Amino acid sequence: MSAAGLSLAGRTRRRLLADPLARASLAVLGLIALACLAGPALTGHAAERIAYDYPRTPPSLAVYPRPETIVPALERLALRMRVRAEDVAVADGTVRLTLASDRPIDERVLTFFSRSDLFGPAAVAARSADGRRLAVTAPVRETRFLLGTDALGRDLLTRILVGGRVSLALGLLATAVALLIGVAYGALAGYLGGAADAAMMRLVDILYALPFIVFVILLVVVFGRSVVLVFVAVGAVEWLDMARIVRGEALSIRRRDYVRAAEALGVSTGAILRRHVVPNALGPVVAYAALLVPKVILLESFLSFLGLGVQEPMTSWGVLIAEGARSIETSPWMLVAPAAVLVATLAALNLVGDRLRAALEPGAA
Amino acid sequence: MTDAVIPFVLRRLVQAVPTLFLVVTLSFVLVRLAPGGPFDLERPLAPSAMENLRRVYGLDQPLPVQYARYLGALLTGDLGPSFSVRDLSVAELLGRGLPVSMTLGALALLAALVLGAGLGGLAAAAKGRPLDHAVTALRTVALTVPGFVVAPLLQIAFGLSLRWLPVGGWEGGAPAHLVLPVVTLALPQAAAIAQLTRNALLEVLATQPMRTLRALGLPRRVIALHALRGAALPVISYLGPTAAGLLTGSVVVETIFGLPGIGRAFVDGALNRDYTLVMGTVVLVAVFVVAFNLLVDLAYALVDPRVRHA
Repeated sequence: MSAAGLSLAGRTRRRLLADPLARASLAVLGLIALACLAGPALTGHAAERIAYDYPRTPPSLAVYPRPETIVPALERLALRMRVRAEDVAVADGTVRLTLASDRPIDERVLTFFSRSDLFGPAAVAARSADGRRLAVTAPVRETRFLLGTDALGRDLLTRILVGGRVSLALGLLATAVALLIGVAYGALAGYLGGAADAAMMRLVDILYALPFIVFVILLVVVFGRSVVLVFVAVGAVEWLDMARIVRGEALSIRRRDYVRAAEALGVSTGAILRRHVVPNALGPVVAYAALLVPKVILLESFLSFLGLGVQEPMTSWGVLIAEGARSIETSPWMLVAPAAVLVATLAALNLVGDRLRAALEPGAA
Repeated sequence: MTDAVIPFVLRRLVQAVPTLFLVVTLSFVLVRLAPGGPFDLERPLAPSAMENLRRVYGLDQPLPVQYARYLGALLTGDLGPSFSVRDLSVAELLGRGLPVSMTLGALALLAALVLGAGLGGLAAAAKGRPLDHAVTALRTVALTVPGFVVAPLLQIAFGLSLRWLPVGGWEGGAPAHLVLPVVTLALPQAAAIAQLTRNALLEVLATQPMRTLRALGLPRRVIALHALRGAALPVISYLGPTAAGLLTGSVVVETIFGLPGIGRAFVDGALNRDYTLVMGTVVLVAVFVVAFNLLVDLAYALVDPRVRHA
């Protein structure tokens, strides 16, 4: 199979897809991204909905409520309605029972049914003449918690998917900012060359020596609650590598004939950068950007874990992992499930970035 | 060579001045930009009391004056009083936290180096065989599972289930309390070092001089020694920033294990708007980074004659 005649993008795509591990990683990433986008609508739970009846439910395929919990749950419900539950029968996803009391029963107490997480709205089937006995039917609300629930009974799968939207979006946002600054700065430095290049890269060297994590924490403190601003700031700190890579490429590109020709034709510096330097330097940039996304996602998790990043009621993988770490004794799945998704994402992104870099190398087979 | 060392060190120290200056300036601007101040309480202070406090700490002066004063004090080595911990200076606070962070960091660095170089060497010796792949897999896991996931898992495994080790606390640096934090800190670094060592060793072993040594029939031990020297370069350059980061504290590990290091002090300082504590920590970390980069360059010259004579 010859790669001759293919564009850089086509050749790279073919090389990347020839690697089974890279294919698997891309599939994992696509799956996670798709699940985060579409999944929350399909799990049957709202991310914020608190199910008081199901706190700390372990992950399982089982349908809730469990049959043996229905009667005790009805009895608890009856207690709150200040009535007695009698003749309870469960069939075909519906409960039939008789509510009994020493005084006439106000039908408005039936709202307790729809407020519970186990039953739907109740209907009165029959009412005794003195109003002290009420025959009631109510549908059983069947749910599944595939990855269990958290301490408030919120469905963990839904929360992981919703949190994933935040984590992935922030990763992409910061990477885009870093890309923008790094490419522009590096291309300019490399294209100008000489003293301008030396001065510009000296600044990069100085910034390199800054204690990065310390500055990120400072930025978080400055921008406070605005997570988006924080990650714009992170991107603005993470552009250094990008600038170095692009500058190296630009240094060699500016000596090419087509750039010379453009200069001779009197094309402006900005236009040369846009039309010739940047497009030709994009290969390694793409690979590096792919490696930057997992770095930023990890950083987001780290900050959220410290309580400095995404704030409730918004959630992210870092927030979920922090919650999980706090309740690891009672409900280890709360740590394991979001951590597993995070690690799978990071590993896949790293692998794709690595393979992309290898595939972009001119000599690679 | 010794003649060249002192000018080299001096030149590097001079070069470090703009870096440190930038660090101080940037963090000064950032911490002052942050909304709120060090004396904001749930119940606001009386305006007169607030005014007095601000005067005592020099916060009533215009910012450029405060900045100049801070720089001046810094040049004499004075980091100023802490705004959030009464009666303590920043130097005293950092003096308490630094031994904790440095003990952890030094042990983690040592563990990472021994483990990483060992595993990397094994993997290189077994290139392409199952052992090599096993090391690769182990490395991937250690590099992608973040510390704030590893630490709670270690706590529940060795602390709560097996009851072998305490789950947290410092207790004056008792060895049992050090194990889990050090392991958490060391694992990803060991993985990175293993990868660097393996790749560098393979690269060095493929070079002409190494082939000559093998062709001369020298014992494997001698060849390994020569190869290790060559392979040390990338590891050394990785160690510089890593060591600085490890020794000056890992915020996550200190938080999870409840250790009174300077990483935690920094985050608390930033949250409480303890301006001087934040600045002091930043300066300290920056000094560490500069110092370790210098050490790395010196070590480079020691290992690689080409650098020495350049």
